Amino acid sequence: MTDPQAVLDRVTRVAGVRGALVASAGDGLVVADQLMDGVDGRAAAALAGSLVGRLVRTVAGAGRRPPAFVQLRAERGSILAAPCPNDLVLIAVVGPDANVGLARLEMLDAASRLS
Amino acid sequence: MSDDIRTLTTRLAEEPTSLAFLELAESLRRRGQLAAAAKIARGGLGRYPGLADAHDLMARILSDQGDLAGAFDAWADALRLDPMRTGALKGIAFLYFRAGDAAAAADHLQRAAEADPDDASIAQALARVRRESLGTAHRMESRPTPAPAPAAAPDPEPVTVVPQPVEQPDRSALFAELEGGHGLLLVDANGLLLAGSLPALGGGESGDRVAAQLAGVSREAARATRLLDLGTWQSITAESPDGHFVLVRPTGETVLLAAREPLLPVARVALLAERAARAARSWLEQLR
Repeated sequence: MTDPQAVLDRVTRVAGVRGALVASAGDGLVVADQLMDGVDGRAAAALAGSLVGRLVRTVAGAGRRPPAFVQLRAERGSILAAPCPNDLVLIAVVGPDANVGLARLEMLDAASRLS
Repeated sequence: MSDDIRTLTTRLAEEPTSLAFLELAESLRRRGQLAAAAKIARGGLGRYPGLADAHDLMARILSDQGDLAGAFDAWADALRLDPMRTGALKGIAFLYFRAGDAAAAADHLQRAAEADPDDASIAQALARVRRESLGTAHRMESRPTPAPAPAAAPDPEPVTVVPQPVEQPDRSALFAELEGGHGLLLVDANGLLLAGSLPALGGGESGDRVAAQLAGVSREAARATRLLDLGTWQSITAESPDGHFVLVRPTGETVLLAAREPLLPVARVALLAERAARAARSWLEQLR
């Protein structure tokens, strides 16, 4: 498995990304993080982890496989999440001007290397 | 009065806040003392409105009393509190079955079977509903007259009254003009399906099952974006290898899910969700 910090380096280099972290999907505990000041990593991990879990159940309810990428878009930015197979989830908090497309590609690649 | 009912009555009198009301009301229901059972259950529900068991119990009593609309609501309340509660899923399946909607009955029983795979009675009920459904389809093909209503319930629980058929609203009509109307769900804050349909990948309808999972999702998203200082949430997208899902918020109390096959780009699904949200807002305003 790739070092989580190396993975986070690549994600946080994308323009507009305010922080990224790897958390345990089950309990929302932070495994590794790289966050700008003011970004609450524990809150991001717990809340994004919970939301991803709910979406996994929602999609499963429709007979579909779990999502590979999730975006919660808000007025002043987004929370991005890429679930990993080994009960980890890669999360990024991005500003409104972020290159979400590039962040998505980096996160999907990183999630595959974290597995 | 039997010994067990006397004992439970004494226990409840000594500890009015205990959960003994569940057992007492169920014992009374089984003995056919439905008015007494309903009174005990209502008292318990007043003290424990967040207890799924209490709503499930109330639904069984109401069903025995012939109040099927009340039973449906009570089981829906139980599912809101516990989306995988097999008793409530079986109860609602029973009501759908009696109303002649075998597909909806099978869908709820399928959910119950997924929640409790070891319960043989659910598998038996599911098989029976599917048999009846097939039989009805064959009769419909061979004769132009409507098939007779099913005569027996799939649920082994003793439920006594034969109801009038329940009118089922056409929940797909709202979105009929939006690219076929399928794959769009309007859901209230409690996870109850207001309109729309969502075919499951393996066949059948999954709208109710998916809606139940969306209970409280808006609050959860709002909490996440507030704590991270991102403002009001606008949409949630989920990309599965089997489909793209976009969730938006037509009103503060509802969410709308748009689901499409993965060949359709997420941005297109988001546009569809926005159009459906506008239609849903108009529809909700008309209802008010």
